[in-house]
Amino acid sequence: MSQAQLEIQAIALVTATACALPGAFLVLRRMALMADAISHSILLGIVLAFFVVGSVGSPLLIVGAALMGIVTVVLVETLANTKLVGKDAAIGLVFPALFSVAVILIARFADDVHLDVDAVLLGELAFAPFERFVVNGYDLGPRALWVMGTILALNLAGLALFYKELKVATFDAALAAALGFSPVLVHYGLMGAVSVTAVGAFDAVGSVLVVALMIAPPATAYLLTDRLSQMVGLSAAAGAVTAIGGFWLAHWLDASIAGSMATTAGFLFGLAFLFAPDRGVVALVRRRRRQRWEFAQEMLVVHLLHHEHGPDADQENRVAHLQEGLRWEGDFTEEVVGRARRRGLVSVADGLLVLTDAGRERARRSFAA
Amino acid sequence: MFELFTDYTLRTVAMGAGVLGIVSGVLGSFTVLRHQSLLGDAISHAALPGIVLAFLVTGSNAPLPLIVGAGVAGWVGTLLVRAIVRNTRIKNDGALGLVLSVFFGVGLMLLTYSQSRPDASQAGLDKFLFGQAAALLRNDVITIAALGGVAIVVVALFWKEFKLLSFDPEFGSVLGFRMGAIDVLLTTLVVVAIVIGLQTVGVVLMSAMVVAPGAAARQWTDRLGVMVCLSALFGALAGVTGALLSSTGAKLPTGPMVVLSASAIVILSLLFAPNRGLVWDKWRSRRTMISAGPQERAGRP
Repeated sequence: MSQAQLEIQAIALVTATACALPGAFLVLRRMALMADAISHSILLGIVLAFFVVGSVGSPLLIVGAALMGIVTVVLVETLANTKLVGKDAAIGLVFPALFSVAVILIARFADDVHLDVDAVLLGELAFAPFERFVVNGYDLGPRALWVMGTILALNLAGLALFYKELKVATFDAALAAALGFSPVLVHYGLMGAVSVTAVGAFDAVGSVLVVALMIAPPATAYLLTDRLSQMVGLSAAAGAVTAIGGFWLAHWLDASIAGSMATTAGFLFGLAFLFAPDRGVVALVRRRRRQRWEFAQEMLVVHLLHHEHGPDADQENRVAHLQEGLRWEGDFTEEVVGRARRRGLVSVADGLLVLTDAGRERARRSFAA
Repeated sequence: MFELFTDYTLRTVAMGAGVLGIVSGVLGSFTVLRHQSLLGDAISHAALPGIVLAFLVTGSNAPLPLIVGAGVAGWVGTLLVRAIVRNTRIKNDGALGLVLSVFFGVGLMLLTYSQSRPDASQAGLDKFLFGQAAALLRNDVITIAALGGVAIVVVALFWKEFKLLSFDPEFGSVLGFRMGAIDVLLTTLVVVAIVIGLQTVGVVLMSAMVVAPGAAARQWTDRLGVMVCLSALFGALAGVTGALLSSTGAKLPTGPMVVLSASAIVILSLLFAPNRGLVWDKWRSRRTMISAGPQERAGRP
């Protein structure tokens, strides 16, 4: 592995982890699309800051862009609070308008400078190592690594300091207000973190991948656990796998790293969607099937108990009669009786079904329930 | 202004943008009413892998295969959003964001992969991202009009069903309509409206075209029929105005100008629409205060 490859992976790793932390709360708070809106509208912030500062390299551009992220959130909420349009429509109205203004400004006034809209939307991680962070002539590594490393540290610090507040405000805003810390403040703090992270990350990986990194790893983690602390950790881990896996996928295909990382993130989510232990589709289907057999066996023992010792017991409690009595198909009946026998709920003698003690107990329990 | 009647290119572009505005206005009304405004955003991003695959398979830049590819990918994207929302605890917003960004990433990966092979040529990603209204040809406009026309005819045929779906789907199922199938049909039409616009205004801005006209029209009326017609009108107005404005000066890209025209219509509607408008609202509450004033004073000891 060359040094550039190592550096790219380090940048990808740091970026993915930094994005996953605020992303987990976005997914939980049902504000995933705010990431989409912010990641587009920061372009306007960058353009406006560029007009003020006059250079592309200035760190003030990041400040301007992050402020525009907050402005986007305020605009969306103001618009939604008029109750004239839904929250979804408010998002859909605000960010394309801001983005349009940015594209027009660039096309009209900044066409000749290096402010490339493609690069903003798509990013090119492969070029990130070329921009170095140099202090007094010493090369301290890629600039993007420092920027994203700082943002990751900020996000980690924010998470550690305000974990409890974030948790309560996310799951019970009313309780948060009652406990004396404002959910609004937590909300804007989170949105600030999303904005800063998006600004730092889009420079390296493009705004669409920012959305992928903020939403896909936390969504994957959300399917795997019920605990917030585990979800945040798993989000970061899924982000890390996305970063490294995406890099090698891109290397193998000779394709865009950003695109390959998004693809890997989607693949990880697909795995969780299908195979998550409790919530995956496969587990869901198996549980439904098991419940079907459970229910059928319960019906069987209740039916047998009902007719046990009755005058028609040796007529009703026959395997052959179940098809009529419970309206079951022949194969299905065989299977249910077989399963019930194997579990020791019933025994069969000459086609007559007899409840065992365990079977009787089971039937009584379902009556009691 | 007279150039509209004389300048061939301008007339083509304005017609394309106008027709597009009508189609997205009609279908956008429903997405706004159903609180699915951002579905358009997801569909337009999700279309990219379809476009790239269609380009790789056919090897040509002809619009129709690319539109079909975009449509299929966008449609698959919406089905995945539905599957995620139904089978997991991830909500609509998370599913939309996930599908949008992952599909777009897959498309980007495929595109760069195809470009890295020696025999490939550019599929025109720029065009897809930002649209290239100025490059619209007469044939493109005909394609847009034909597909959009079919979509509008289907809306007219299923008017009652779509109305039920928008306002009371439970009641619809009770009446015996298969609301799931109707939902898929309406979503398919939204996909059509979006993919025919991608070439003209691009991914980011197409999502605005299915929100803005509908959101503006909603302010003026409480009747679905009136709203859909107004929305189509606003869409057409935004399309033509945007095209004209971008032709007046150099370096005014058409897509963003169309979106800004639509945004202006939304702002005017939010402020000045009768009954719901914010200005009237302020005015009414002031009048109430003034007229309530004397009585309150009289009531005091």
